[in-house]
Amino acid sequence: MHGFMTLFKKEILRFWKVAFQTVMAPVLTALLYQLIFSHVLSQHVEAYPGVSYTAFLIPGLVMMSMAQNAFANSSSSLIQSKITGNIVFLLLPPLTALEFFGAYLLAAIVRGLVVGAGVLAVTAWFGLPLPSHPLWILAFAALGCGVLGTLGIVAGIWADKFDQLAAFQNFIIMPLTFLSGVFYSINSLPPLWKTVSHLNPVFYMIDGFRYGFFGQGDVSPWLSLAVVGGSFAALASWSLYLIGSGYKLRQ
Amino acid sequence: MTHAISIESVSKRFGSLQALDSVSFTVAQGEFFALLGPNGAGKTTLISAMAGLSRPDSGHIRIMGHDTVTSARQARMTLGVVPQELVFDPFFSVREALVFQSGYFGIRHNDAWIDELLHKLGLTDKAGTNMRALSGGMKRRVMVAQALVHRPPVIVLDEPTAGVDVELRQSLWAFVQELNQAGHTIVLTTHYLEEAETLCSRIAMLKKGKLLALENKDKLLAHSATREISLKLAAALPASLQPLKVREADGRHILQLADIARLEDVLRELRLAAVEVRELSIHETDLEQVFVKMMHGGRV
Ligand SMILES: Nc1ncnc2c1ncn2[C@@H]1O[C@H](COP(=O)(O)OP(=O)(O)OP(=O)(O)O)[C@@H](O)[C@H]1O
Ligand SMILES: [Mg+2]
Repeated sequence: MHGFMTLFKKEILRFWKVAFQTVMAPVLTALLYQLIFSHVLSQHVEAYPGVSYTAFLIPGLVMMSMAQNAFANSSSSLIQSKITGNIVFLLLPPLTALEFFGAYLLAAIVRGLVVGAGVLAVTAWFGLPLPSHPLWILAFAALGCGVLGTLGIVAGIWADKFDQLAAFQNFIIMPLTFLSGVFYSINSLPPLWKTVSHLNPVFYMIDGFRYGFFGQGDVSPWLSLAVVGGSFAALASWSLYLIGSGYKLRQ
Repeated sequence: MTHAISIESVSKRFGSLQALDSVSFTVAQGEFFALLGPNGAGKTTLISAMAGLSRPDSGHIRIMGHDTVTSARQARMTLGVVPQELVFDPFFSVREALVFQSGYFGIRHNDAWIDELLHKLGLTDKAGTNMRALSGGMKRRVMVAQALVHRPPVIVLDEPTAGVDVELRQSLWAFVQELNQAGHTIVLTTHYLEEAETLCSRIAMLKKGKLLALENKDKLLAHSATREISLKLAAALPASLQPLKVREADGRHILQLADIARLEDVLRELRLAAVEVRELSIHETDLEQVFVKMMHGGRV
């Protein structure tokens, strides 16, 4: 247990010491998206009845930032440790797979939530109403960061080089987040694309998260919870299995 | 008594390369043991297998009786390893690195021991310095400290003195000897053979993944080699001694003796031939010669 706490603390410090780059930068990026998209699109679209596009955009941006940063935290920490070789300091002590996984996961969730809170703080005054279901918001925030944090652990263990990780990020994480309804409601899409979007787990994270703010979404929050929770359980088991088997870490 | 380290027919392949070929030996508790061999012999591969950083294809390793695969946690608890590669976490200071390392081993409040380690390794005034800002030799010392945070009974140092200045080498060895006297088992690899010779009591030699020799140091030195004597004579070397002669240097005859006891015979021959001895010296073999000889396929 103390091993887990120590690794968790180390992972928190690792991003906190460079918070300018790991927290401030993504908050600024989200703010720019908010400024540009709400300016360009606010006249044209009303996503849900009674919800302006500007307000609609905010939870999507918050969730996208959380997801990307949770992924970045675990994946970049792991690959840096692997490439510099200092991962050996984690492989020599008697840490269990669960301690190892839990520490990276929790740190990724914390980074995601800190960035999410930052994005919310700078974008909310664009016109976000008071949230209607705060518990749904918290549940989807934590689970969404958990899914991407776990995916980051898997990617960080799998990748041998930074460019492999970049490819993972550019060809998997970015399309999944951008095509998940961050910038639009799925209901506005043609039927084919609507069906495709329903296969994307990130869509359910954003939809469920948005439901917490507006009390309405494209699908039921319970369905979203099942999909996101199921994805998390599957990825977490896979990740634990990889760590336990020593895949790429103990050859 | 349980062996500190027990290695049973451990083999490991990397593709077509047999990095370890059925290596077996044991190290007793309290021993100071050297693992020698040329570059690529498999020393680091063997140490990685001991530390659970890699898994052998076959065979078993036990550290203080704990199997490194089936009782991995206990085995890791009893082992401290200083890796060969210089690695560090650039995000943290020396003290932070040591506090974290203690924590990974489940140890809280380790400050007294950490202070002692810093002191012994001459790092006290660098405690607050970021790892990135240390010189290579200092980073190496921090790695030694990191391996010792949990006071492991078995300590393995993979070339700890590579890139370390003479002064530190001496203080490091003094510290390691102190640990050995306090009961810790020490295994080291080094390319400075005189280090192995002065420090270690037993030596294993590896070559191409195979164990070539495993001996008590003195025994290895004693039966390894034929000794050489150098003679400066007032007259020519008697014919009866010609077969022993291997070369001449500076007007001295260099004779090779199978055993130092044969010196007696040589002197008798010289007396019989009435040749006066002006100078006589005996060349002791050192580990370096034994090593070079073995690595070139010579037998001990
Ligand atoms: N991960 C790996 N993948 C492929 N080959 C490897 C790997 N690790 C080691 N080897 C090979 O195994 C052999 C033994 O390497 P090892 O590092 O154990 O040698 P060593 O005795 O420690 O040498 P040195 O004195 O240079 O440190 C070498 O031929 C090396 O190239
Ligand atoms: Mg080596």
